[in-house]
Amino acid sequence: MADVVIELKGLTKIYGTQPAVDHLDLEIKRGEVFGLLGPNGAGKTTTILMILGLVEPTEGEVKVLGINSTREPLKVKKWVGYLPEDVGFYEDMTGLENLKLTAALNGMEEKEAVKAAEELLEKVGLGEAKDKKVGAYSRGMRQRLGLADALIKKPQIVILDEPTLGLDPEGMKEFLELIKNLSREGGMTVLLSSHHLHQVQEICDRVGIFVKGKLIAKGTVSELAKELFSTELYTFEVAVNPMEDDLISKLMSVEGVKKVEKEEKAFIVHAEKDVSAEVAKTVVKEGYNLVRLMPKSYGLDDIYHRYFEGVQ
Amino acid sequence: MRHSLRVLIKKEIADHIHSWRFNILLALIFLTALASIYTAGMAIRDAVSKADTPLGDLYLFLKVFTVSDGRLPSFITFVGFLAPLLGIGMAFDAINGEINRRTLVRLIAQPIYRDDVILSKWIAALLVITVFFLALGFFVMGLAILFFGIPPTFEEVMRIIVFLLATALYVGVWLSLGILFSIYFRQPATSLLASIAVWLFFALFYDMIVNILVPIDTEGPAQIVFRQMQIHQYLLRISPTTLYQEVVTTLLSPNVRSLGPLTVAQVVGAIPTPLSFDQSLLLIWPQIAGLVALSVFLFAISFTLFMRQDIRH
Repeated sequence: MADVVIELKGLTKIYGTQPAVDHLDLEIKRGEVFGLLGPNGAGKTTTILMILGLVEPTEGEVKVLGINSTREPLKVKKWVGYLPEDVGFYEDMTGLENLKLTAALNGMEEKEAVKAAEELLEKVGLGEAKDKKVGAYSRGMRQRLGLADALIKKPQIVILDEPTLGLDPEGMKEFLELIKNLSREGGMTVLLSSHHLHQVQEICDRVGIFVKGKLIAKGTVSELAKELFSTELYTFEVAVNPMEDDLISKLMSVEGVKKVEKEEKAFIVHAEKDVSAEVAKTVVKEGYNLVRLMPKSYGLDDIYHRYFEGVQ
Repeated sequence: MRHSLRVLIKKEIADHIHSWRFNILLALIFLTALASIYTAGMAIRDAVSKADTPLGDLYLFLKVFTVSDGRLPSFITFVGFLAPLLGIGMAFDAINGEINRRTLVRLIAQPIYRDDVILSKWIAALLVITVFFLALGFFVMGLAILFFGIPPTFEEVMRIIVFLLATALYVGVWLSLGILFSIYFRQPATSLLASIAVWLFFALFYDMIVNILVPIDTEGPAQIVFRQMQIHQYLLRISPTTLYQEVVTTLLSPNVRSLGPLTVAQVVGAIPTPLSFDQSLLLIWPQIAGLVALSVFLFAISFTLFMRQDIRH
């Protein structure tokens, strides 16, 4: 059994009267890539800062590698690399110098630091730009430098807060690929937060959905989908001509159909089994032209939507 | 010293030395100082040839710092006026600048104590300032030797060194104030303006306000005048500017024998000679302690604020 590297127990943080994080329980195992997903303001960053021991929890406990983050933040920070949301660097220092500073603060010797920094810069694709001032870096380059910065202390755990924010689609893909490779090669545990579910789905082993300070679901993406849509496994989009409301009752009478909704250009048929043939037959029998009939599959966007319904 | 603190101080010093802002301030102080030294030197040279006392008694080297020919203010006036600006200029964005550039969170996510961040800001700036003022002072002394063709006495050198260190300490007070405001205000512009407001208040208005609050009625009975002068002086000594001025006056004008009012009875029998160096030091000891206390006090507030500050804004 894989051991637990991050353990949150009843973690709560209250700002004023508003709980930012509300009795959060979570365990993250060694070597996994965990995605903390949720809309802005759900408490993701607060949770991360508590894991790092930078924010004191109002209640509850954080243990990282068995060390209490609140009591011994220094020990935790030695083993945890952190890429903050919208990371900042000293603009008039070069990329290499910024990394060297972080390395020095982690107690690395100059020679060792330069070697490690150059290796990492090469790895994240900044080998060419290492002697350029960070002020001249693009957003994507900064983000990659941020990743190198989080990794230079040779951490066991890396925490990435909104790592894809502000990156263009291509840059985002590359960046996530980079994280995936690094976690595989180094056997590192990765905790990343995002509000873009489908962007991170590919690289996360497990995700947790975090809304208003509460973790409302966790598991693999397919587990989440099953849990959510277990009652309505079959959904079809039926476009007919003309779109008349009379058809709804006709479709409802087909065996297995549970619900029919009318959308702008099509009916949505929810059923408990595959009713496509019967639906087609009914439409034609009633004298309508069947324009399109297709099964709808649930993507992560739908899962996401479903969870956040009524939240925003 | 902790390893991380040393690393941070090194980084801060490099930051200051490379920054435009710091270099502009240095150039400003350096050039105004040179100009005032030059005019002072000219004025003194004329006086020296006419003097009939032995040169050593004139404290020539000290006069370079204090004398003005009327066209330009003296060295100490310039430095006294601009030094706070240097302190403020180096510190007003110490913490909020790091927050706005989003480097602070990355910094404290490293295995370092939060104390190190703020301590390094203070120590590094103070080190840089001390080195600068010592360099400036020695440079001026060198110029003076070229000018007059005689070396300074040991006492003069000691007085000048203490004066330079006191100046660095005085800048330290403003440095602490700048750091405090840089923690309290989120916008560097706000903290800069607030610091400058405090500086102008003490540099220009504080004396006036004290004069209005405690007017000295010179026509009144001696008892009352004496009392008024004392209260007046106590109030003035709240200001770091007053404290610094008293230190400078005592150090660079050995003829000053007292900083408070003296009664005729106290003066009777006193021989009007300059004070020796150690006596001057004794005289300014409370002022030095006051300046140290003030900067430590301000720093302590900053420290508490910073340690409690939530990293999320």
